[in-house]
Amino acid sequence: MSAKKNNVLPGFGLALGYTLVYLSVLVLIPLGGLVLKSTALTFAQFWDIATTERALAAYRVTFGASALAAVINAFFGLIVAWVLVRYDFPGKRLIDSFVDLPFALPTAVAGITLATLYSTNGWIGKYLEPLGLKVAYTPLGIVVALTFIGLPFVVRTLQPVIEDIEPEVEEAAATLGASRWQTFRRIIFPAIFPALLTGFALSFSRAVGEYGSVIFIAGNMPLISEITPLLIISKLEQYDYVGATALAVVMLGISFVLLLAINGLQWWAANRHNNRNTGGEQ
Amino acid sequence: MSVRRANTEPAWVRYTLLTLAFAFLALFLGVPLAAVFAEALRGGWEAYVNGLLDPEARSAVTLTLAVAAIAVPLNVAFGIAASWAIAKFEFRGKSLLITLIDLPFAVSPVIAGLIFVLMFGAQGYFGPWLAEHDVKIVFAVPGIILATLFVTFPFVAREMIPLMQAQGKDEEEAAVSLGASGFQMFWRVTLPNIKWGLLYGVILANARAMGEFGAVSVVSGHIRGETNTLPLHVEILYNEYNAIGAFASASVLALLALVTLVAKTLVEWRMRAETAMLTAELPPEKTN
Repeated sequence: MSAKKNNVLPGFGLALGYTLVYLSVLVLIPLGGLVLKSTALTFAQFWDIATTERALAAYRVTFGASALAAVINAFFGLIVAWVLVRYDFPGKRLIDSFVDLPFALPTAVAGITLATLYSTNGWIGKYLEPLGLKVAYTPLGIVVALTFIGLPFVVRTLQPVIEDIEPEVEEAAATLGASRWQTFRRIIFPAIFPALLTGFALSFSRAVGEYGSVIFIAGNMPLISEITPLLIISKLEQYDYVGATALAVVMLGISFVLLLAINGLQWWAANRHNNRNTGGEQ
Repeated sequence: MSVRRANTEPAWVRYTLLTLAFAFLALFLGVPLAAVFAEALRGGWEAYVNGLLDPEARSAVTLTLAVAAIAVPLNVAFGIAASWAIAKFEFRGKSLLITLIDLPFAVSPVIAGLIFVLMFGAQGYFGPWLAEHDVKIVFAVPGIILATLFVTFPFVAREMIPLMQAQGKDEEEAAVSLGASGFQMFWRVTLPNIKWGLLYGVILANARAMGEFGAVSVVSGHIRGETNTLPLHVEILYNEYNAIGAFASASVLALLALVTLVAKTLVEWRMRAETAMLTAELPPEKTN
């Protein structure tokens, strides 16, 4: 309290007041309205809507494809981050900036482009088709779109952590006779693991809610390749507001849990890091 | 036998990793970006230009620009207010507030649209009142602005909070104790310190505002020439099998994405240079 009294800077009341009003009007009240709307249902009704065969299939597709895409991104994201931090090659800074393309490219553009590329006559699809691999208009297409959308997360979370690894630690391991692979497995990987998990969770969480890039390539067959956000929209288009609301509340709850998990992971990563640093100084 | 370096991998591992990284980035980023422009120009330049000059495409561009021009400044004002309160003052519930500001990033765009339909739609909480007073929010431009505000809500605040926290409040306190008014302090001390971070947030928010699809799609109503933004226009043309028109408009959005990446990179370099300058200045001051 005394810190507040001693603070000579102006504008605290105005700034905080404006922040709270703006946050409430734009985010909290509308989200509250969604939750309130779902309370018009009894729990049994809510449960029935949230667990129809079609809804369960949509959760399976959404979470399955998101998890697979996040695993792909974790694996290749680690390699890309490693290469960008540790190796020198021409055009490195250009490629580094290019990694953020999925953040900058509108999802609808990504959606129609990927659908065209992976269709039977597309640049990539025509080579996969003879191998018996159909990507466009199948659940595999959803994985491709979600991999694109989540690509920058793992790379961007890992880069600063890899930069911070002190070379002395690796040198010490090598001096003590560790092979490069042992050094990676025992020293480097444990140090970057929390960040890798955070990147995975961020990528997964983004993928779960994604709509624009998926609908063009998914084929959108109920029970097979229909994602939950699309099911919400199709209920809305049939004026089934209650049904849309119930599914949205399920999604919102899951997103909220993921947000808390990510905050926890970031806290873990930061704390571990600090402990390591202070330990090194002693 | 060459001497094995302690901090790097054997050459064959390095080349394998480089190849894997390049192949992954080329497949998922390079090829799609090239394909946007290739598909747009598939019917030649004339068809491409015709696609862009189409009146519906032009009205979509106008609406997209107008929505971003309203949504981005509003979120800038919010971002400055929120980061000022959070970075320069202590109060209870601060970390909860920071989490709540990030909330829109965790919410699916479809839900971002749905909540405004539930508030202002015909069956919504304010629907009857709005209908009585002949005000249209959902399936009209105000709904598009609201949805865009929601999805771009955290961008500016999230860039500015850590930046202002790192800068501390010594300079502002010095300005105030030397007799600067609140406005002078903000204009001459705070703003010059935060300008690159602010610009960075604006670039990200603007890209998302112009490119948002899911949330806007739910509230727009898809009225041609009236409530179609450029990303929605792309969808309509694509679903009508007008691939050249769809990719012509998509190429404009892809160009916007490239401009965003370039601007973002330039600001990042600038910020890094300034941080480097600051840390270079510090040690002599400390030894004095």
